[in-house]
Amino acid sequence: MIVLKDIRKAYRTGANLLQVLKGIDLEITDGELVSIMGSSGSGKSTLLNIIGILDNYDSGEYRLDGMLIKGQTETESALLRSKYIGYVFQSFNLIGFKNALENVALPLYYQGVPRRKRNELALAMLERVGLKEWAHHLPNEMSGGQKQRVAIARALVADPKIVLADEPTGALDTRTSAEVMALLTEVNRDLGKTVLIVTHERDVAAATQRVIYLRDGVIENAHLDPKSLSTSMDGVRVTNKPAGDVRP
Amino acid sequence: MFDREQWAEIFESIGKNKMRAVLTGFAVFWGIFMLIILLGAGAGLRNGFSYNFRNTATNSIRLHGNETSKPWQGLPPNRIITLEEADIEALRHAIPGIQYISGQYRVWRGNSRLRYGKNTGSYNIRGIQPEHRHLQHQRIIAGRFINEVDQVQDRKVIVIAEDCRQELFKGEDPLHKWVSVNGIPFEVVGLYEFEAGGMERGSRSPVFIPLSAAQKVFNAKGLVDDITFSFADASIAGAKEAEQRAVHTLARRHNFDPTDERALWVNNNVENVGTVSSIFNGINAFLWFVGIGSLIAGIVGVSNIMLIVVKERTKELGIRKALGATPAKVVGQILMEAIFLTGMAGWAGLVLGVFLMEGIASVVPGSEFFRDPTIQIDVALWALLALIVSGALAGYIPARRAAAIRPIEALRYE
Repeated sequence: MIVLKDIRKAYRTGANLLQVLKGIDLEITDGELVSIMGSSGSGKSTLLNIIGILDNYDSGEYRLDGMLIKGQTETESALLRSKYIGYVFQSFNLIGFKNALENVALPLYYQGVPRRKRNELALAMLERVGLKEWAHHLPNEMSGGQKQRVAIARALVADPKIVLADEPTGALDTRTSAEVMALLTEVNRDLGKTVLIVTHERDVAAATQRVIYLRDGVIENAHLDPKSLSTSMDGVRVTNKPAGDVRP
Repeated sequence: MFDREQWAEIFESIGKNKMRAVLTGFAVFWGIFMLIILLGAGAGLRNGFSYNFRNTATNSIRLHGNETSKPWQGLPPNRIITLEEADIEALRHAIPGIQYISGQYRVWRGNSRLRYGKNTGSYNIRGIQPEHRHLQHQRIIAGRFINEVDQVQDRKVIVIAEDCRQELFKGEDPLHKWVSVNGIPFEVVGLYEFEAGGMERGSRSPVFIPLSAAQKVFNAKGLVDDITFSFADASIAGAKEAEQRAVHTLARRHNFDPTDERALWVNNNVENVGTVSSIFNGINAFLWFVGIGSLIAGIVGVSNIMLIVVKERTKELGIRKALGATPAKVVGQILMEAIFLTGMAGWAGLVLGVFLMEGIASVVPGSEFFRDPTIQIDVALWALLALIVSGALAGYIPARRAAAIRPIEALRYE
């Protein structure tokens, strides 16, 4: 599904060139539930943005579903994003003046789905994440966990192949984090979506099938066993350990 | 464009910043309002001018005999040229596309006495031909105008206007009554509508008799004071051509130099109208310029506000892009909002401006310089077009800014 070959990316900050990704080789197959870990500045968010076609890369090759992602126009990128990828962000990024239903229906709007059909699909997706009763509430009337579930519903509504989550639990307490992770696991298991989660919380990473560990712009370990992480998270055992770097 | 979602968002965005929208809209409102006022004033001036020309066919030329200033074929200068009845037929054949032609003879070169019973009045008696009616846009209220039979049979008939009827006949019906013109009886056959205006303002109405009768009865010796004719080609070039032909024809018949500009007094209405028209076109262009200028000030205001709107909504627009919004969708959104804002404000200005001008038109009496300062529907439509274009202009730069937002940066933006 996702194949990266020697991806490099640098940011220019003033006169300096900051090399963020220094040759990433990575393969993620269809239906995997993968997490990307690493300290801040390790390039994990940049990597996720490249995979999500939100950012471009300097050199290398990125193939999504066999298609080379390089040199597309803004419009083509937008269409690829809407077809292949659903995003879940740390800060939810719901549109404040739209209610839950409208937020969830938004990707369908950009795919040209008629209004009635859009609202039907969005409501079904809200029901799936257990928020059917909240369909007509504005984001600021909901808790963080509810907002993130709305965001997940929004990511799923257009039936993408991949769900990308950037620190999806970063703004949530541990209990809610567990609920959100349970939901993402379910999305992977029941809907067969490829799910890619960037996190620095080992609890979150432990709930995935495979952990990719990034350090200083290179992959240190592409097949870290989540069981090797010291804590696990299944919604029963909750640790109060502060989240931090994992040193294998 | 007719997308409920998009409109909902436009209303949302405007509704959240009512004060800002009102203040911005006011600039556009004022711009279009001023444009309408200026154009209305321009229309008023032009209407006042046209009003002065209303009684003459605008595609006509009038010729008077005058005095030569150049020697010609052995003849000395300073000869008086007097037009004759025979010139009329000569001109009729010489000018292609001629429509109507009429000679005019002013009986006794001034006012004559008209009498009916004990009532008398002093009037300008004009001997004319039937086609005169078309050249001067004469409207008949009762009876008829001088016709061909009158002309051929030298009938002593007369056509008078309302003021003459009142003076001579008081309440009586004048038709088929006989009035005395300098002692000669004429039968009243028609009543025409006389509007004092322009050069004839304040003067009394002329009365008309057949040219043939005027010749016979008042011993005109086949002379006429002036000849007026109209022609099909009302372009400036066509008028020049007709004028040239007429001058050459008369030059041949009266032996004067066709290049002698003083031999004939020529009043070419097409040229007159053309000259004054171009002045008014100039004024109109200037008014548009000033009006559009004030409109542009409004547009810059809207553009400014839309830039702020885009800045404020950077994050939201970034989210939309991440969710699959194409740049075209984003541009459309911002553009529609700008067009909507300018459109609504401008429409209000347009309506108020038109109402004001209509009000002025109904209250202020028309004069020769200013009358009926209302906006033509096509001008209003142009103003509306200017509005939509200005809305699009106002939205263009902000929309480009919005389209250039990179979702990744927007999502980081707090």
